Amino acid sequence: MSTSEQVLPRGRILRYTFRERIVHWLAALSYIYCLLTGLAFWSPWLFWLAIALGGGQISRMLHPWIGLLFFAGVLQMYGLWARQMGITDEDRAWFRSMRYYIRNEDEKMPPVGRYNAGQKLLFWGFFVCGILLFLSGLVLWFPEYIPWSLRWLRYIAIVTHASTALLTIGLFLIHVYMGVFAERGAFDSVIYGDVTEDFAKRFHPAWYKELIGSAPRRK
Amino acid sequence: MSQETLRIQKISAHAGAVPGEGTQREFQVCKLIDTTTCIGCKACEVACMEWNDLPFGATVFDNTYQTMPDTRWNYWNLIKFNEHETEDGSLMWLMRKDQCMHCADPGCLAACPSDGAIVQYTNGIVDFQQANCIGCGYCITGCPFNIPKFNSETKRVYKCTLCADRVSEGLEPACIKSCPTGCLHFGSKDDMKFLAEKRATQLRDHYNFPKAGVYDPPGVGGTGVIYVLHDVTEPENYGGLPKDPHVPMSVRLWKGPLKWLGNLAMVGGLIGLFVHYLRFGPKSREEEFEKRHEGEQP
Repeated sequence: MSTSEQVLPRGRILRYTFRERIVHWLAALSYIYCLLTGLAFWSPWLFWLAIALGGGQISRMLHPWIGLLFFAGVLQMYGLWARQMGITDEDRAWFRSMRYYIRNEDEKMPPVGRYNAGQKLLFWGFFVCGILLFLSGLVLWFPEYIPWSLRWLRYIAIVTHASTALLTIGLFLIHVYMGVFAERGAFDSVIYGDVTEDFAKRFHPAWYKELIGSAPRRK
Repeated sequence: MSQETLRIQKISAHAGAVPGEGTQREFQVCKLIDTTTCIGCKACEVACMEWNDLPFGATVFDNTYQTMPDTRWNYWNLIKFNEHETEDGSLMWLMRKDQCMHCADPGCLAACPSDGAIVQYTNGIVDFQQANCIGCGYCITGCPFNIPKFNSETKRVYKCTLCADRVSEGLEPACIKSCPTGCLHFGSKDDMKFLAEKRATQLRDHYNFPKAGVYDPPGVGGTGVIYVLHDVTEPENYGGLPKDPHVPMSVRLWKGPLKWLGNLAMVGGLIGLFVHYLRFGPKSREEEFEKRHEGEQP
């Protein structure tokens, strides 16, 4: 898709294509299922989650399959976005002035392209954790096939799976908070695909400039 | 001792106190296996299958007398044979009855995430409750003795129950009843410990086994199954009996510090985000942004 097609009438800009939105929600919904059932296996105090989702046995059976869907989503995202997620000097500057971002003083932030440095961190965090969760998850899926002499694989997997899952929970909480509560318009954009020009100007000025520069200004 | 097995003192993944815990005086049961008088007849293997009504499966011949390489979900009791060459070049034929050790500090129970899938009765028997098992196999990872076995058809894990049903009725486990040489004994932990030590002393003093001793590994808090070995310093020779078994470090890490750290981080994160929202609110709404940038030309 060329950038000129992203500038829509009535001051709206296409931010996420249909394919991007599908992949996002494939990953998001499968992640949430794995999160809830995973938390049930994590703590006895949360085991009721597994009961609510159909019982412990069903949760144990589906968790790895839905986990595979999530991993497929992560790989798709890599294909879609990896090239846009390279960390640049602007991103390093962004991290240095992150305190302004946290205080909502966005005008003091360096200009941001399609993704800000935080979003890139989220992407790479989920990518790396996704691979680790997949690998350790395979071991945990079929512990009975791991021979006794390779039992250290299970020992590594059990800690890796839990700690990488915890890392993704941190990323997930911040992602949902930013998308649903902090940046008004972001949640709509991943449902409908478009944002207002003001949203683009406000949160992704470099991206906005790039789009407008390549397209004739429409009113 | 009747109904003793029905009194539960530990429950896996159970939120809150264990009902009835500590209301009875201690009466731990124990199985004593004297490997020095075992003749490898496998009567205990048959008795175990008979009593527990386990289906017969094909055996695996590997040029030894051993029935199969390891216990199975439906084969809980296995004599392990090992032809061991001693330092002076003579041969010892070591036989050890392998089964669940009924640890006082069971790794399977520590690792289990399902409420009530693994219980430890006050008499020390560790028992799997298949009705509550979700088939995750964490117990397989938690066990330092390679005992819990997964059935891929029922998606549940099985192991020796120490014949909890027989013990609760005042009977000894089926394997004990079948032993023709008297190398298997059953009674209270104190009695079995006493008997085992006596036998080990006898082996040291009168049978020229200076390293004879009792295997009751402290790393798992002691076990409900103890062995008398000719050479207690090298238990590995007896079909891979671990020298110093522990619940794996990673299971302890995962169920201990990592759990606390993770829970704190998750709750802290949620509170942090909520407080952030109260303090700073959403990034300025679009109207405010317009107002602030009024007059500016893009």
